[in-house]
Amino acid sequence: MVFFALSILVLASSAFLALASGGLAARARIIGAGGALLGSALGLVSVLKVLFMTGAEAYAGWPAFSVPLGRLALSIDPLAAFFLLPVYLLTAFAAVYGAEYLGAGGGRRTGAAWCCFNLLTASMALVFASANAVLFMLAWEAMAVSSFLLVVYDHHKEQVRRAARIYLVAGGAGALALLLLFSLLGASSGTLDFAAFARPEGGAAAAAFLAALLGFGLKAGVVPLHVWLPEAHPAAPSHVSAVMSGVMIKTGVYGLVRTLGWLAPWDGWWGPALLLAGLASGLVGVIFALAQHDLKRLLAYSSVENIGIILMGLGLGVTASASGSTAVAGLCFGGALLHALNHSLFKGLLFMGAGAVMHATGTGELEALGGLAKRMPRASLYFLAGAAAISGLPPFNGFISEFLIFLGSFGALRGPEAPALWSVAVLLALAAIGGLAGACFARAYGSVFLGEPRSSRCHSAHDCGAPMLAGLALPAAACLFIGLFPSAAAGPAAAAVSSAFGAEPGAAFLSAAELPLAYVSAGALALVLLLALAAALRVFLLRGKVPAAGPTWDCGYAAPTARMQYGASSFAQPLTDFFRPLLRTAGRHAPPDGYFPRGSEFHTEAGAVFYNNFYAPAALMLRRAAYRFSWLQHGRLQFYILYIIGALLALLLWKL
Amino acid sequence: MNTFAELTIVLIILLNMAMSVSGSLASCIRLAAAQGVAAGLLPLMAAGGAHGRAVAFAAFIIALKGLVFPWLMLRARELTGARKEIDPLIGYPASITLCLAAFAASAWLGSRLPLPQSGVAYIIPASLATIFTGFLLITTRVKAITQVVGYLVVENGVYIFGLALFVEQPLMVELAILLDVFVAVFVMGIAIFHISREFDHIDTDALSQLSDWRRGEEG
Repeated sequence: MVFFALSILVLASSAFLALASGGLAARARIIGAGGALLGSALGLVSVLKVLFMTGAEAYAGWPAFSVPLGRLALSIDPLAAFFLLPVYLLTAFAAVYGAEYLGAGGGRRTGAAWCCFNLLTASMALVFASANAVLFMLAWEAMAVSSFLLVVYDHHKEQVRRAARIYLVAGGAGALALLLLFSLLGASSGTLDFAAFARPEGGAAAAAFLAALLGFGLKAGVVPLHVWLPEAHPAAPSHVSAVMSGVMIKTGVYGLVRTLGWLAPWDGWWGPALLLAGLASGLVGVIFALAQHDLKRLLAYSSVENIGIILMGLGLGVTASASGSTAVAGLCFGGALLHALNHSLFKGLLFMGAGAVMHATGTGELEALGGLAKRMPRASLYFLAGAAAISGLPPFNGFISEFLIFLGSFGALRGPEAPALWSVAVLLALAAIGGLAGACFARAYGSVFLGEPRSSRCHSAHDCGAPMLAGLALPAAACLFIGLFPSAAAGPAAAAVSSAFGAEPGAAFLSAAELPLAYVSAGALALVLLLALAAALRVFLLRGKVPAAGPTWDCGYAAPTARMQYGASSFAQPLTDFFRPLLRTAGRHAPPDGYFPRGSEFHTEAGAVFYNNFYAPAALMLRRAAYRFSWLQHGRLQFYILYIIGALLALLLWKL
Repeated sequence: MNTFAELTIVLIILLNMAMSVSGSLASCIRLAAAQGVAAGLLPLMAAGGAHGRAVAFAAFIIALKGLVFPWLMLRARELTGARKEIDPLIGYPASITLCLAAFAASAWLGSRLPLPQSGVAYIIPASLATIFTGFLLITTRVKAITQVVGYLVVENGVYIFGLALFVEQPLMVELAILLDVFVAVFVMGIAIFHISREFDHIDTDALSQLSDWRRGEEG
């Protein structure tokens, strides 16, 4: 706990020092990135201590610091530590990466950006470590504010300002729902300390669950509450997108898991509710990801998809545990938590990879990129690793967690009826999501890195510098490590499951996953060995020869251009056409005309369906309703004072 | 001893009524000042002992309310060139009716409030009536200066209320409130001066043009 407190202290003080460094970008970079690295290292010490040595650590409270109803009570149990692990890991990676990425701001002042970045890290760490609802909400809001400020980093763009506005509104709405949750829990248990929370009676428990689903679901980006996510995450600088998409949305998952712990025993419909939310998020997320034209927006939608996978695991686990299948529940819970960790690693990697692409070419538009694998070989390799991991392919970590959820679902088929039926839905959805995600990332990687450049901006692109490459290589290595040695991650995940849902599912997870994971590990190592052998064979066959590079075979056509390549839209078209009723793709299409066609164009755009068809009309209605009361807002000072007096008098008379 | 205190209370209530019908800005300021002086004298008579600290405190209050505030406001009136009239939003008969109604309501409210019994009769109703009169001045007068006067009257009321509660030691409560009001008067004096310089008048009524929310407007 000392190390944790020190890490918060280092992060906060380096944040303010970076702010005070003023216009000196170099100094802000050293202080900001150095503070983030040091803070993360200190935090990692305390996290690893909890995960592998001591078990839970708590800090009862510092009497000098107290606010009404709240106190500075911290506690790091294995669950919190399991979520803190990616916070510190990804922050460290992103800080290394950001040192170069932000440095290229073209003489912009970066002190404020570093300040917000370190404050964001500190507040996220506090969110996971707080053991009191008031402290939790304070950290939660600090997290929302600092990330909002980072989202508006490029505030001169209208689109960024709009995204930030939506983000702010979503954050406020979520916090309101959480206040309801904590008041319900506080009313039933008489305190706001997490350790003493008790399940409210009767309907209040269901209300608390729904409030948690709303509040934490908004932060996690669960469909249909996800509308802010594809707007806000791409708007931020890439290393911040990585942290936001990788770690910050996991605070929502963490909150849901904690709430499930407080509200046990669970009502029968909670598991299916979580499961359906996960199903919707997973499918909608991946389908919309397929239709995006912007690399970072695609990644943001894919975050929605992965949150869906996590929620499906949680939901099936809750359903199974309600019917007594502990082994299935353990596998599902463990898979879901592990997927939260894995997703933060590969999504951080992918966002930073997208940032490297944008850094080199100035655009994230899929149709304008191409051929970067030859120009940015190393960044391309790391992005490929991330793409394989997120598509759930061995030997990377994405495969492990999805495999565990699959394993749990197949186990549930042999168990009692209710979880068995739901597990069929999970299996079908997971298979569909896996396939679509594979297509989505084949499309993303293919159109960005393979083929020939589609615009002049890609011609001069080159690999980024050492800090950014390190920021990409480290998470890629972590992805590969967990993919090769999953048992190393299974232990902490089991400890987290135990501290969240009781010792039984944790132990069941460990025993049920041990053998399959050993096989997976062996298979992955064999695959790596095979790849290494193939590479060695290639080197052996090519010895003493100079490979020649020629143009792509062009069917005899004499003047092929890069624009004749299979584009990102054409790659996805069979799938996006199939899902047209959901996607509502709007398009303009002017085909070539006549024997000597002049110009032609093709333009499609996947609409923000949920935003346009639900949230925007709802906001408009709210606005109309608000104008009904505009007569109250006449601008006459006397009447405003009269309102205040009226309110005071009413309070006085009410209390008489 | 309490006779004098009760006579002062009556004086304060009468001053309330006078203020609610006073049509001249200067006389309104002077009436508020007189009320402040009366309120400042009150603890000397009620507590039955004019010991050193109480006298010093009363002198401070009287100097502030009887001299400094009226001087500041009369100066602000001169500087802004405000017209002499007070420009009420409602007529004088309505004002005095409301003032009397406020006193009646205060008498009822004073009997209902669970407060410790005070030696001086009608001190609670008088203080509440003074507060209400202050609010009346704030809400029904157009000029910004009158609103400052209203705040001062409210402060007088709060001060008397504080006397009723802590006959011996109103010091801490009172000083805190006084500080607030002093700052408020100061800020308002400056603000009024600047507003009048910008807009050539100090009718808060016309300030509503600055509001960015116009009725029925969308977009």
